[in-house]
Amino acid sequence: MSKIHITTQVNGDAVEFLCEPDETLLDVLRDRLNLTGAKEGCGTGDCGACSVTLNGRLVASCLVLGAEVAGSEIETVEGVGTADALHPVQQHLLDHAALQCGICTPGIIVAAKALLLQNPNPSEEEVRYWLAGNLCRCTGYDKIIRAVLSAAAEMRGENA
Amino acid sequence: MKQDFKILGTRPIRPDGLDKVTGKAMFGSDKSVTGMLHARILRSPHAHAEIVSIDTSKAEALAGVKAVITGDDFADVENRWARYTMQNCMAQGRALYDGHAVAAVAAISKTVAAEALKLIEVEYKILPHVTDVDEAMAPGAPVLHEGVKARKLGDDVSGNTVGYYSFGHGDIEAGFANAELVIDRTFKTAAVHQGYIEPHGCLADLGGDGRGELWCSTQGHYMVREVCSEILGIDSSQLRVTASEIGGGFGGKTTVFIEPVALKLSQKAGKPVKLVMSREEVFRASGPTMSASMDIKIGMTKAGKITGAHAKLRYQGGAFPYQMVMMGAMSAFAAYDLEHVQAEGWDVMTNRPKMISYRAPGAPMAVYAVESVMDELCQKLELDPIDTRLMNAAREGTKSSYGPTFKAIGLVEALEAAKAHPHYSAPLAPNTGRGVSCGFWFNFGGQVSVSMAINADGTVNLIEGNPDIGGSRASISMMAAEALGIEYDRIRTIVGDTASVGFSDVTDGSRVTFAVGIATINAANAAIKEMCKRAAKIWEIDAEAVEWVDGAAQPSGHNAGNFPPMSLAEIAATSGKTGGPIAGHHEGAPDKAGVSFGVHMVDVEVDPETGFTSIKRYTAFQDVGKAIHPAYVEGQIQGGAVQGIGWALNEEYIYGEDGLLQNPGFLDYRIPVASDLPMIDAVIIEVPNPGHPYGVRGCGETAIVPPLAAVSNGVAQAIGVRMFELPMSPPKILKAL
Repeated sequence: MSKIHITTQVNGDAVEFLCEPDETLLDVLRDRLNLTGAKEGCGTGDCGACSVTLNGRLVASCLVLGAEVAGSEIETVEGVGTADALHPVQQHLLDHAALQCGICTPGIIVAAKALLLQNPNPSEEEVRYWLAGNLCRCTGYDKIIRAVLSAAAEMRGENA
Repeated sequence: MKQDFKILGTRPIRPDGLDKVTGKAMFGSDKSVTGMLHARILRSPHAHAEIVSIDTSKAEALAGVKAVITGDDFADVENRWARYTMQNCMAQGRALYDGHAVAAVAAISKTVAAEALKLIEVEYKILPHVTDVDEAMAPGAPVLHEGVKARKLGDDVSGNTVGYYSFGHGDIEAGFANAELVIDRTFKTAAVHQGYIEPHGCLADLGGDGRGELWCSTQGHYMVREVCSEILGIDSSQLRVTASEIGGGFGGKTTVFIEPVALKLSQKAGKPVKLVMSREEVFRASGPTMSASMDIKIGMTKAGKITGAHAKLRYQGGAFPYQMVMMGAMSAFAAYDLEHVQAEGWDVMTNRPKMISYRAPGAPMAVYAVESVMDELCQKLELDPIDTRLMNAAREGTKSSYGPTFKAIGLVEALEAAKAHPHYSAPLAPNTGRGVSCGFWFNFGGQVSVSMAINADGTVNLIEGNPDIGGSRASISMMAAEALGIEYDRIRTIVGDTASVGFSDVTDGSRVTFAVGIATINAANAAIKEMCKRAAKIWEIDAEAVEWVDGAAQPSGHNAGNFPPMSLAEIAATSGKTGGPIAGHHEGAPDKAGVSFGVHMVDVEVDPETGFTSIKRYTAFQDVGKAIHPAYVEGQIQGGAVQGIGWALNEEYIYGEDGLLQNPGFLDYRIPVASDLPMIDAVIIEVPNPGHPYGVRGCGETAIVPPLAAVSNGVAQAIGVRMFELPMSPPKILKAL
């Protein structure tokens, strides 16, 4: 099997890589681009720990092939915010103590940011259903849901 | 005991938080090194089989393969518990369960390693198997290992029965004779998995000189060091283990499953080896908790007083001898002050993966069964479930059902808080029921080491030896700041590797904040003593005439001298000239952990057409002694409650007649998701633990104990039929209707 040459964009940077035809986008990000923020919790699209956006659409990167992403815009947790300029979702997760082990956190952040881009004023139920594909085993979700709702409020200019 | 706190009870941001929200934190599978190989494990497709032969020659001949190992590569070890661990990591002679490792490969890429697995030829001779606990315990069952049957047992149980325990006091028959109603029921609970989202992962590098480096996701890197060095036959000083950030464990990472394999492959290949389990491997070959079959008999007066109680607990713990039913037998009746009580337990082997702890191991199922019978008694006698529990509740001075006499405990306070909570008196909708249950966990102290350095700029570095699984670096930093009298963000706490600080027990038993906390306070006190000495030296007064108040040394009275307070930062700044660096450390084994009780209350709605149960409202009350960081304490309570909800409603290891696991993935093994749940209201009760200077008790495990019965009792009220088996999946509820 010869490798495939791909040119694409990750977190705003132009990147190129060689990947196997059956290699997932998650493996490419982690093993070839050293972006280990996206995690493999299952490899079957059930846990959401590998969530990234592909051309603005939320995807499980373990279900996307590296060979499919030529000419795309990909965003991982590493592109969401920086230490000096955290995204409100990141800041509110910290403020609410909404992570315990933190393994699901990157996927939650990418997924929640994607939700708030398309629905700036979600109900609790809408947040719960949107994040139903992001498994968290530590928190019981309570503080995560509260953090996302208060991040949304801040982004709307309320209770900032 | 200290009561007025400046830092404890506040909610600062955890020190590892930024790394975890930006993707920077390094977990088990996130580390790579130059020249590293990738490993994969070949697993048995049979429930029980003799390994007649393994031919690895074709795999070894594949280009890019650097090492292949089987059970033959591991020498025998003397300690039998280490041997069981080793044989669980790599089968020797027999494959004992579906998913049991039989060979492993290290190669230049994941692709080559996967190809190589297909080229390994294993000849199996299928043997009879057993996966159900009652069948495995019956005489004539296929026996997993000969010669390990518990000594005191007779011919009425099979050789799989590896443990028997009995706790209690009084005369239970006399107790039942005094009862006005006796209920005797049999319960079954399924095996469930801890379900941590991070699969086991490690990076091993073991040279020919016996020197090794191991990076892994674990709840105890010292445990990993001890077990791996014993299995590999090397000195523990030569194996340095670094704990990665850990993506959940809940007890499931208190042993090793892959690390000895990665080390052996590395030794054979002469290169670093990365080994990461797939999710399917996590389900098939890492330890779930026990499944259980239980008989509970409780007698009660019409007024609600328990007259006698008897539990028989039969747990299966998979393919090797283990000791865990003891915890169930000790926990079963711990919530009650009983004159006549006995709890017996049997540990049983089956052809399933070797069990390992899962949050309050052994307690949830026993307490589920007991609290279900309690609920049925209250229902039949038309008694209030909280008043009845209050009437029988264990309190300070109660001789517990498992022996010790309780010191200050918070069960009565938790029950009273539950009774007074608006949730308890809220009206119920149709098809809805409200369940209540108590829960208990021992908590643990154990061995601990802390080293603390006071830096010249007035900041503090603290090294401890317990992986931080849920925010313990925050709580430890807070206790250090409280003890030293400085700000929280002046402290940096890190989890050291096995070469940097003394031995520390595994992060389990809800012990870390308690035990590391004591060590931290003692280390701070040692540093304070030294800082007072330095101030005395500068002031040219006696060290005994200096005291530490609000983060500064000061003369202890007018007679001692008249000097303005000298802060930690001021003393630290001149430490180079007053005697060198200032540090404090502590090594110990605190043992007054203080037991913890909880009371959970849940409203469930059952859809009579589908049998689906939804959680409408949930309130959890728990005595935690002293909540250091209340948000993380609430998080422990909420997380434990939801794991218990999963156990009650969805989660189970499903085995077919063929002994194979049918649902090794998150699609078919369904843990609770966000849309399944309401907010979980966590109510913190603080009855200080007299065994800790700040009153702290462990808080991590108790919350998984009450939900099973709370949900089941709610379902019983909602549908008018009591369930005796978990999980209460929709088909089972429909059948009951």
